[in-house]
Amino acid sequence: MTPRLEETCRSSEAVGRTGALTEEAVLIQRLRAGDETAFTEMVNRYHRALIRLALAHVSDRSVAEEVVQDVWMAVLEGIDRFEGRSSLKTWVFSILTNKAKTRGVRESRSIAMSALSAEGEEGDDPTVDPSRFRTNGHWKDYWTDYPQSWDEGTPERRLLEKEGAGLLEQAIAALPSRLKQVLIMRDVEGLDSKDVCVLLSISEANQRVLLHRARGKVRQAMETYLEGQASFS
Amino acid sequence: MTRDEIRIYVLDYLAGRLTCKKWVEMVTDYLEGSLSLWPRIRFHLHLGLCNGCRHYLQQVRTTIKTTQQLPREPTPPHVREELIRRFRSMSSS
Ligand SMILES: [Zn+2]
Repeated sequence: MTPRLEETCRSSEAVGRTGALTEEAVLIQRLRAGDETAFTEMVNRYHRALIRLALAHVSDRSVAEEVVQDVWMAVLEGIDRFEGRSSLKTWVFSILTNKAKTRGVRESRSIAMSALSAEGEEGDDPTVDPSRFRTNGHWKDYWTDYPQSWDEGTPERRLLEKEGAGLLEQAIAALPSRLKQVLIMRDVEGLDSKDVCVLLSISEANQRVLLHRARGKVRQAMETYLEGQASFS
Repeated sequence: MTRDEIRIYVLDYLAGRLTCKKWVEMVTDYLEGSLSLWPRIRFHLHLGLCNGCRHYLQQVRTTIKTTQQLPREPTPPHVREELIRRFRSMSSS
């Protein structure tokens, strides 16, 4: 069997984790002792991720900033009680999820919006435009409907290396709330699938469905852009 | 029969009528390691025979890899300063 992506991810993460455990313990010690650089370090590490995640719950950027500030205060207040049963990162994210949820509920407009998008965009729409398949379910035309290779040396790969990050940020920002939360936690922040299930109170199967839709939409956005550009270069 | 038709015929036969359209919906379960034995075998058989789907999987993997490597932008200075101010007032209390 060929090695699966997940396995390679897991093992590289596991190496990082064993190294990170002691590093994390030291960081917690320093935070408890009121070490300012430790706090700055942690803010630098997670602030942007927290803003991204908060924006999956609340629609307004300034509200997201407020929520994240609250999170940092809660982290400082709670760090003495933190028992290390989860990683520091998972703990910080769980505080964010709780605060952002409460805040999101208060924002009545965003409820209406997320309810709409949940129905329309997380539903049963297929991952790939059905018009790209023949009636027998196989890819249609080699040149126009087949997914193209993004291998080394292709114009697509060159574009990805240049503009991939910006494109991705846009595609992720455009995702409906639930899909965005799962994708950010799993793929951007590399949280464990079990942790994400606990954080979002969903089943493993449910998480896979959300992750599938999220990755599918992001891949589609990348493909649309890359194929459009690559055909001109 | 054209060569393409033969290829699809073989594909359907070997992979137990697994079409590309159905195959793309199995990709995440495959990557998450949650396909049971027979679906996984069908998935692999199809993958080995179908260029379109091979490219598709490669695109998904590239997308995930690029997502994992998103650069971390620094926290805006005014935010950091405000947080440090609060940190100090908390530590001193
Ligand atoms: Zn196929």
